[in-house]
Amino acid sequence: MEATKVLDAKGLACPMPIVKTKKAINELALGEILEIHATDKGAKNDLTAWAKSGGHELIKHEEENDVFKFWIKKG
Amino acid sequence: MAVKAMTSNEVTKKVFNKEPLFILDVRNERDFADWKIEGENFDYYNIPYFELLDGVEGILDKIPANQEILVVCAKEGSSLMVAEMLSEQGLTASYLQGGMKAWSEHLEPVKVGDLNDGGEVYQFVRIGKGCLSYMVVSNGEAAIIDATRMTDIYLDFANEIGAKITHVFDTHLHADHISGGRVIAERTGATYWLPPKDATEVTFEYEALEGGNVVTIGNTAIDIHALYSPGHTIGSTSFVVDSKFLLSGDILFIDSIGRPDLAGMEEDWVADLRESLYSRYRELSEDLVVLPAHFMIIDELNDDGSVSEKLGTLFAKNHGLNIEDENEFRKLVTENLPPQPNAYQEIRETNMGKINPDDEKQREMEIGPNRCAVR
Repeated sequence: MEATKVLDAKGLACPMPIVKTKKAINELALGEILEIHATDKGAKNDLTAWAKSGGHELIKHEEENDVFKFWIKKG
Repeated sequence: MAVKAMTSNEVTKKVFNKEPLFILDVRNERDFADWKIEGENFDYYNIPYFELLDGVEGILDKIPANQEILVVCAKEGSSLMVAEMLSEQGLTASYLQGGMKAWSEHLEPVKVGDLNDGGEVYQFVRIGKGCLSYMVVSNGEAAIIDATRMTDIYLDFANEIGAKITHVFDTHLHADHISGGRVIAERTGATYWLPPKDATEVTFEYEALEGGNVVTIGNTAIDIHALYSPGHTIGSTSFVVDSKFLLSGDILFIDSIGRPDLAGMEEDWVADLRESLYSRYRELSEDLVVLPAHFMIIDELNDDGSVSEKLGTLFAKNHGLNIEDENEFRKLVTENLPPQPNAYQEIRETNMGKINPDDEKQREMEIGPNRCAVR
């Protein structure tokens, strides 16, 4: 899966991961993919709910060494 | 207008005093539905903070213009952002300091009664989660029962009133919250008591708490009589303190009774639970003041914020004590149970000393309501 852009939101606390994700998604074209790295534990629930309400698609997420990685396709 | 922080302590006072408050909860809808700040005169509106990133104009018609507004989120950051946005619109908004994380950990000490020799019993109300713990004080000595993991609060409190903690008890192996009992005992040199039938897998030393044990606090005879009352767990033990108070653990609550399923043994333990509630408790004085280890709903709080009721009153009013038919009782406590507490197996393992999660992980494991009862 090829991400168009990678957003590093590590070390940021809520609400900043979502604030930055929203900004980054705005700069992408429809169908492009944003990869996000975050360490905030609430990020998973919030990103999932935010993507859904904004019509975007969370296509994959994984956890690696306490870093949460998400791939969101702009919808 | 600047926004100010409201502490859990201030919110607790509003709950106790039945004051009005408008809560704008900006967590996810699922989190809000699962668990929120409860108050008799609180009103709510829930919208996730990420719906408000472009502004709060869209929700202004949902929010009263002439009332104090408290914005609440999981940890604080988002509620501060939203409170500032509301303030820019001319509203009076504060945010909950430390968020629901702090709310879950807040303990409010309330005196629930005097002992015959001048000692006192204090109840520590964990208002956000519904857990109740106790300190019995007499002649400079103190016993703690069902402590939470916020151990500093008990140590500081004992220090302030000039009491030395000599005994620490858990009425049973808890599944809804992490016990602070062992840590308090280690830090004070107090004796840590656990019912041995609940402690078969623990990895640490403890004193075996069994029915008939009598532990004396202070110089004069403030006795804590242990009463074996299985049902919520196989080891569950109640205490009669100073022939006046009945600490009922997770067996009997004000408006509900314990559930026997959290160790996966509901069918085996139903008969024990019934025996404890319908026979053993029936032999006790109806004048005993019942002090449970939980409350479920805010209506169970007395006017001073404490949670207590005479045993005789509970025999008359508590539905769970008034089910004649054994099959009906079995159904109540084994069928259609509320969801189990968050991470309850991990919490049990932590309380056995099998796993040692860090503070952040412990906090996360305890998120949400306690759910130890059936009504």
